[in-house]
Amino acid sequence: MTHAPRILEVRRNILKHNDETARALRDRFRAAGVFVVSLVSSPGSGKTAFLERTLASLRPRYRPAALVGDLATDNDALRLARSQAPVKQITTGTLCHLEAAMVEQALADWELASFDFLFVENVGNLVCPSAWDLGENLRLVLLSVTEGEDKPLKYPTIFNTSDVAVITKVDLAAAVEFNREAALANIQAVRPGIPVFEVSTKTGAGMAAWLRYLAAFKTAAAAQGSSNGAA
Amino acid sequence: MHELSIALSILDAVQDEMDQRGCSTVEAVHLKVGMLSGIVPEALLSAYELAAEQTPLASARLVIEEVPIVIYCSTCQRQQSVPSAQWLCCPVCQEPAAEFVSGRELELCALELPE
Repeated sequence: MTHAPRILEVRRNILKHNDETARALRDRFRAAGVFVVSLVSSPGSGKTAFLERTLASLRPRYRPAALVGDLATDNDALRLARSQAPVKQITTGTLCHLEAAMVEQALADWELASFDFLFVENVGNLVCPSAWDLGENLRLVLLSVTEGEDKPLKYPTIFNTSDVAVITKVDLAAAVEFNREAALANIQAVRPGIPVFEVSTKTGAGMAAWLRYLAAFKTAAAAQGSSNGAA
Repeated sequence: MHELSIALSILDAVQDEMDQRGCSTVEAVHLKVGMLSGIVPEALLSAYELAAEQTPLASARLVIEEVPIVIYCSTCQRQQSVPSAQWLCCPVCQEPAAEFVSGRELELCALELPE
């Protein structure tokens, strides 16, 4: 005689521990008054250049800081440190994404209240970082004009879980015959309603609009006394 | 590539549940994976097999239920299934998706225990 197996209902998020750590981080960020933006993109889309320019533009009016994740090397941290903002490298070894515990650990000896903005640059990867909440207020996804207009359709999850999209290297758009309308339509197809900024860190085009948005978003978040969690 | 991290998180979560409920063996682990979760079920199955080797869960099967993307369309005022992650609009009226009912799950839903 065979018995039916005994089924035990569980219902828990697989990344429960990460979500709990991220929630605790989000509470700490809110209490310290620091606005947190994470950056995700494929390798070479210009995350570090965009962040370098953002950090330099925010200073000295604001006090920004950055964490930067990479599999190996501290090259990005050295580049970002030229902005004079505090910067720390998180070297992930073989891990293809950042997790909330890595952010928590990297922040251990930083006084959060001494910052207005914290940027967390994820490992260059359009697949893996999407599932891990880092406690950020905004998740920003970058797409460079050299990557092709269909990137959002190929990687819908990362675009769908982002709050802001930035198209980078627009100074190269004509040279690579970038189809702007198609790119914008594809971004909206996988993440309806997402704000999109089009920038060139080389010429500075579009950076002012992004910085205005960032400042306004921080003010709004502070006024609400609560943050918009990344999905 | 991150399926291995997910697989390790599954092992942790299952072990945690087993400890809490005083179970020593599990025959199968049931997951719900949303089609917008970014997880490839085949890759997760291989990663799980690798991760579970030489653990108490080595013989436990992983059963993955894929969850379709369902949105609530405010224009149609009803839930609608979205066939593709590449076009997140209401299939009836084309209104862009604003509210997701399902599709993002990455959930441990049940454990199958021996008699």
